[in-house]
Amino acid sequence: MTVKTPIYLDYSATTPVDPRVAEKMIPYITEHFGNPASRSHPFGWTAEQAVEEARDEVAKLVNADPREIVWTSGATESNNLAIKGAANFYSGTKGKHIITVQTEHKAVIDTVRELERQGFTATYLAPEPNGLIDLEKFKAAIQPDTVLASVMFVNNEIGVIQDITAIGNICRENNIIFHVDAAQATGKVEIDLEKLPVDLMSFSAHKTYGPKGIGALYVRRKPRIRIEAQMHGGGHERGMRSGTLATHQIVGMGEAFRIARLEMKAENLEVRRLRDRLLAGLEEIDEVYVNGDMQHRVPHNLNISFNFVEGESLIMAVKDIAVSSGSACTSASLEPSYVLRALGRSDELAHSSIRFSIGRFTTEEDVDYTIALMKSKIGKLRELSPLWEMHLDGVDLSKVEWAAH
Amino acid sequence: MAYSDKVLDHYENPRNVGTLDKNDPHVGTGMVGAPACGDVMKLQIKVNDSGIIEDAKFKTYGCGSAIASSSLVTEWLKGKTLDQAAEIKNSAIAEELALPPVKIHCSVLAEDAIKAAVADLKSKQPA
Repeated sequence: MTVKTPIYLDYSATTPVDPRVAEKMIPYITEHFGNPASRSHPFGWTAEQAVEEARDEVAKLVNADPREIVWTSGATESNNLAIKGAANFYSGTKGKHIITVQTEHKAVIDTVRELERQGFTATYLAPEPNGLIDLEKFKAAIQPDTVLASVMFVNNEIGVIQDITAIGNICRENNIIFHVDAAQATGKVEIDLEKLPVDLMSFSAHKTYGPKGIGALYVRRKPRIRIEAQMHGGGHERGMRSGTLATHQIVGMGEAFRIARLEMKAENLEVRRLRDRLLAGLEEIDEVYVNGDMQHRVPHNLNISFNFVEGESLIMAVKDIAVSSGSACTSASLEPSYVLRALGRSDELAHSSIRFSIGRFTTEEDVDYTIALMKSKIGKLRELSPLWEMHLDGVDLSKVEWAAH
Repeated sequence: MAYSDKVLDHYENPRNVGTLDKNDPHVGTGMVGAPACGDVMKLQIKVNDSGIIEDAKFKTYGCGSAIASSSLVTEWLKGKTLDQAAEIKNSAIAEELALPPVKIHCSVLAEDAIKAAVADLKSKQPA
């Protein structure tokens, strides 16, 4: 058995473009290069047709009407457009309070913070220790002037799935616009927007084997949701998002979402089997803690803290695998993962966390190699760790008075 | 994060990992840092009857730079007197390992660990 290193286990960061997707995109860079907005010649018509076929495919994966899909540059732009666009459109009639969650992606948190600077107020709900929202706490956060709520479908770090139906129903009862960031959900969980009480939903192509630089925003038509454009220009996308459409990117997203619709059921079974194999292997190591609920969770994500081992040194030790860490030292901010902190995890455990995310091209050999590598390197680093030594001596580390620095 | 070859070498092959008997009157122990901050260093030195450091051991919980800084100082400490040991400056550690600016605090921690170990040893020895 041979595995090719480094092994890619960071599918929640991005995915490779599926070769079938890349193949479909290429003619739209070279041959069918027309501007889809050109109505006067076949170059434009061909491009427009490809864009509309892709729109159909994106709509089909989430059971929406194609007219409800607006192309954007990615989920970050979709989140900005949805939150700023709806907040500004409806604030005059409803009010200026927004509800979101502490574990949202920065594209949501920082957008809400920007609106706070512009005069809105916001509640950032703390999740329960398993990462899920307590519906009673959500209800309690609602104010008479709450105009918008934004809750992510699937968390990017810990993979937990929020109860979007229940939260959406509460929003409906209270006449609150409901936005959902679904960047991490497509191809992983069933999304049926005919049934889901959601008004706005953000999508990204590159988390689902499509290209980077393309995404979409779902904007409900019945009842019709209005947003203020954030990008002004030629009035593309029904005036909601101007800018020449990137035909090849859009074709790629359409093909990626078509493949996801056809293959997600079988793929998720296999991915879950591999994830559970990885979990079983890693749980043979002492003092490991899974972060986030294991029941309400996407099949490909595993986030684990390895106690008494610091995250960055762990990442250095496991160079043969490509994973993400919640450690401060691997980020620019020098703060440990704000998502794990919001779950109430101690700084130590947040520092010691690794996110494994597996996907379409992960093999059983990759998983077995990873288990063996983690066991050996955790052992080596714990040999080096004074905290591990104290733990073995029976010292309660929480009772030690540390000289903080 | 791009590390220097020296950091990588100390990280891959740490020198003098281990534990000395902290109750031995010839052993001084320094423990600095905090788990919440992402690094804890334990440094131990053992002196002979002429006051020369004849052994040094460490254990470190922390990033690659913290492990390399403590590994390096265990090499430097051997053969020094306590006064010479106390003169080791973090800037020398940072320079030797070519630490990037965000990792300078690792060298500061190593200097603090030396000072703490020396102070512990002195407190054990008859005045």
